[in-house]
Amino acid sequence: MTHIRTLSPGTTTLEPAPAAARARPAVEFRSVVKRYGAFTAVHELNFSIEAGTLVTLLGPSGCGKTTTLRMIAGLEQASSGTILIGGENVTARSAAERDVSMVFQSYALFPHMTILDNVAYGLTVGGMAKRAALEAARDKLALVGLAGLEGRLPSELSGGQQQRVAVARAIVLEPRVLLFDEPLSNLDAKMRRQVREDIRQLQQSLKLTVVYVTHDQEEALAVSDRIIVMAGGRIAQDGTPRDLYQRPASRFIADFIGDANIVPALLEGRDGALGRVRVGMATLTLPHRDLADGPVELAVRPNAIRLTSDQDPSDGLLGRVHFAAYLGDHMEYEVAVALGGREVMLFARTPDVDAPLSVGDAVCVGFAPRGVTVVPP
Amino acid sequence: MKRHLGFWLAAGWAAVLVLPWHIGGVWPVFWPAGPQNGPSAGDGMPALIQGLLLGRPWLLASVLPLLAALAGLWAKGRAKDGAKGEADERARSAWLTAAGGGGLGWLLVESLAVTQPGLGLGAAAYAVVCLVLGAHGLALRGWCKGDVFIVASIGLVLGSILVFVGFPVVTILLSAVQDNDGRLTVAGLFDKLTDSGIWGLGCVLGTGSTCGVAWNTLALAGVVGVLTTGTGLAFALIAVRTGFRFKAALRLASILPVITPPFVIGLAIILLFGRAGVVTDLLSTLFDIPRSRWIYGMPGVAMAQILAFTPISFLVLVGVLQGVSPTLEEASQTLRATPWITFRTVTLPLIRPGLANAFLISFIESLADFGNPLVLGGNFDVLSTKIFYAVVGAAHDQGRAAVLAIILLSFTLSAFLAQRRWLGRRSYATVAGKGDAGLPSPLPSGVRIAASAVAALWTALTVLVYGTILVGGFLKSLGRDNTLTLIHYQTAFGIETGPNGWWFSGSAWDSLFTTLGVSLVAMPLTAALGLLTAYLLVRQSFLGRGAFEFLTMLSFAIPGTVIGVSYILAFNTPPLELTGTGLILIIAFVFRNMPVGIRAGIATLSQIDKSLDEASLTLGARSFTTLRRVILPLLRPAIVTAMVYSFVRAITSVSAVIFLVTAKYNLATAYIVGRAEVGEYGLAIAYSSALIAIMVVALLAIQLLVGERRLGRRTAALPVSTSASKVNA
Repeated sequence: MTHIRTLSPGTTTLEPAPAAARARPAVEFRSVVKRYGAFTAVHELNFSIEAGTLVTLLGPSGCGKTTTLRMIAGLEQASSGTILIGGENVTARSAAERDVSMVFQSYALFPHMTILDNVAYGLTVGGMAKRAALEAARDKLALVGLAGLEGRLPSELSGGQQQRVAVARAIVLEPRVLLFDEPLSNLDAKMRRQVREDIRQLQQSLKLTVVYVTHDQEEALAVSDRIIVMAGGRIAQDGTPRDLYQRPASRFIADFIGDANIVPALLEGRDGALGRVRVGMATLTLPHRDLADGPVELAVRPNAIRLTSDQDPSDGLLGRVHFAAYLGDHMEYEVAVALGGREVMLFARTPDVDAPLSVGDAVCVGFAPRGVTVVPP
Repeated sequence: MKRHLGFWLAAGWAAVLVLPWHIGGVWPVFWPAGPQNGPSAGDGMPALIQGLLLGRPWLLASVLPLLAALAGLWAKGRAKDGAKGEADERARSAWLTAAGGGGLGWLLVESLAVTQPGLGLGAAAYAVVCLVLGAHGLALRGWCKGDVFIVASIGLVLGSILVFVGFPVVTILLSAVQDNDGRLTVAGLFDKLTDSGIWGLGCVLGTGSTCGVAWNTLALAGVVGVLTTGTGLAFALIAVRTGFRFKAALRLASILPVITPPFVIGLAIILLFGRAGVVTDLLSTLFDIPRSRWIYGMPGVAMAQILAFTPISFLVLVGVLQGVSPTLEEASQTLRATPWITFRTVTLPLIRPGLANAFLISFIESLADFGNPLVLGGNFDVLSTKIFYAVVGAAHDQGRAAVLAIILLSFTLSAFLAQRRWLGRRSYATVAGKGDAGLPSPLPSGVRIAASAVAALWTALTVLVYGTILVGGFLKSLGRDNTLTLIHYQTAFGIETGPNGWWFSGSAWDSLFTTLGVSLVAMPLTAALGLLTAYLLVRQSFLGRGAFEFLTMLSFAIPGTVIGVSYILAFNTPPLELTGTGLILIIAFVFRNMPVGIRAGIATLSQIDKSLDEASLTLGARSFTTLRRVILPLLRPAIVTAMVYSFVRAITSVSAVIFLVTAKYNLATAYIVGRAEVGEYGLAIAYSSALIAIMVVALLAIQLLVGERRLGRRTAALPVSTSASKVNA
């Protein structure tokens, strides 16, 4: 099996977008709203996507991310607002008139056509001569490593191969924007990592503009230049993967991007960009992120929790192991601690598998400086 | 798009400049004589020429919408981008919408307000052109995702349903409030609707000998519904829950009603149980049972309908029974219930919605049946035959026919709506997926015996009936004179050689050729319109889709008799003067059988993942190309089904067309009914069996064609639509 990564970028026939077009954002949403009857799926959405980047729309089910993607494609019409692609207003245009292609969750390969005909389809309906279209399709199938399988029907390919046919079919049109709707959800766990790397490689070597929808935060972190997290039809946060993980804008983001324990704390003073944060007996020095002094919340990553069996509460909180699980290369614990007058469960992950704690052990809970951040309450 | 617009605009000019605007007159031979030849001679001229030469200046207005569209086309050529482009686009959209709306509005007002001959080809083409121009305008405004084809298709389907279903129904409603001279008598409507001839209860109260025709109809339908459901259930239980070995034969029997003209069973029953019938003869000689006319009336009609409709309820109930998960019955058994208790407390409640469905379907079929009451009814009138006699009889009371038709329509509509409302979504049956392997519990012996007895009785009668149909045509006069003869076939299908070579001398040839011709023309139209409607319903969301769906579904529920009456009421006078033509037969078939195409299309389309359409769209194919290259190839089985059924139903149809046939355009079924009415049973039976043979041959040929195609194609797994994307959207 040839993979995309083994190919040099020189084999592509894609040409870089003209300078004028590149200066403009590839996709721009201005106050876009989508309503279904009384239900508003997307509220006043504003964002723009630079050409040549891979931007992920991330969010839980029903957050409006797929609706947003389908509005870029022209498969849904915006109820109000303006959608621009390459600086051109396409709000009222049908999907067929927009310079975008899409890779569907189900791949949506035409079952009655060979994979060569599938890939050539967009070219032939666009008016290209059959012979030239087939030639271009053959090239793209080779690019995704499916040379030699041109005459097969989609049903005769594996899931991963079908996925690559879908990609070839989408890029053969050299669209201004390439859309992926949860492209990995029909693959098994091992294939997923492989395919997402292939997609990222292909995007970077061909300098494609990609909008990618997923509900899997790890997938989003792995492939994206930028992530737009959506919740309830609104943008919850928009930034690089590093931004989102290290500086979540809300407890929702903190909990959604990677796991996080939300712990009540007190911001007691500041010194430049850093603030003093008190949690239990411990005082941490963290960026205060311009929050006012007083009650705040801490987002604590599970692997930032230090569990020690000594009984010195000065570096944190006292607690009791409530649940322990061995997962091969790490341990997972649930620790019950008393915070603000009530019992809170903290979820911790430690690499020490040789001397595990047992359920019922009394522990002291400390916090590593990295992996802890204040979030607005 | 500009090219398309140009084409439609050219077609619009052709419609007003070249094509005959009205029917009648002679064109273009008549060109360029003036009005001195009399207005009727110029009726066939194009609108503009009539407007200029024949003193019909209002026709000149037809060019205004075309000029507006021209302005729209011209507005198109300018700036493509930016605010200027958007302003241009808005202007173009406004011009085109105005052209479409104005053209259609003008045509409507003009054709209703001015007394003139029936509209012709030019007017029809003009209407279609205006529709498409308007669709362009609305699509530019972003309707239906800016897709002209979809907007135009919705307009076309909606328009044709309004004209050929809605308009006739409205006409019937109107003529019910008019007396025979066309005066409005709203006051009389109540009296007409509550007439004692319709609602009288004389037979029950003892104040008269007969009951009202509405009660007759409802009683018949109720009895037939219950008995048909019972018989269907018996067969379904045998097919699903016993080791019955001839299940293939059951399936085969289930297509019998499809290919049997509805009144043929009635004919056979007369030949078997009539005063001189074979069975009556036998009983009279062996057991000395006196001959009587008991078969004419409710018993005979009910018997014929039960024989005819049982396969339909069988098909419904087989599906329901198969959907009952065997594990539920196994659970009941492990809880120590006997087979009888399991059947009574688990199986029967689970299939109750299915039973109600089967009942309502047979109920509606019985309400709408016309052929059997006509040949077997005797003095027992039902609404459909009463309507027929009100139109063709000595009374010739169209107002009364309309009132009766309204009552019949309200019955079928209520039953239809009840079926959809109650049962549309209510089903306890689980579709047996994986992990549902279990053995259905054996039938309790009492139930098994009862089911077998019922099934045996039905089978015996059906064999007798079809035997009679097959044999009857070859006997001089079945029952009276059983000598073998070919005389009936010779009368019907004789071919003689004369001085001018061979010619079809048989009396049936004309009607047979008309039937085949009309059915063949109607077949692709029915399939196309039905499948297009199904596509719009399943695949597109648009404003007023709910109303659109309701309207198309409505045409499922209209009985043929009502269609027939409403057509002669609506299309007998200008502006749409179609009665007496072959065209009205084709139109009647298309709109009567369209639901078959819709059903087949909906069933198949809902199995094709919607993302296939969307993939095609994002690859730059418009919906028309998508339809042609992606949907149609996958829809092939539905196309075949729709074509077969529309062909066969057109051949066997009698209730609607019996009002519309003429001496020139007679149809096989109407001809047969006519022969049967004057007692020429031999000829009628011979012709009927010839029709059945033709349909069997057609079915086999199509089966063979489709079968081969399936072998030649590898079965491609369609991607199953994942509900995740819908939840997400």
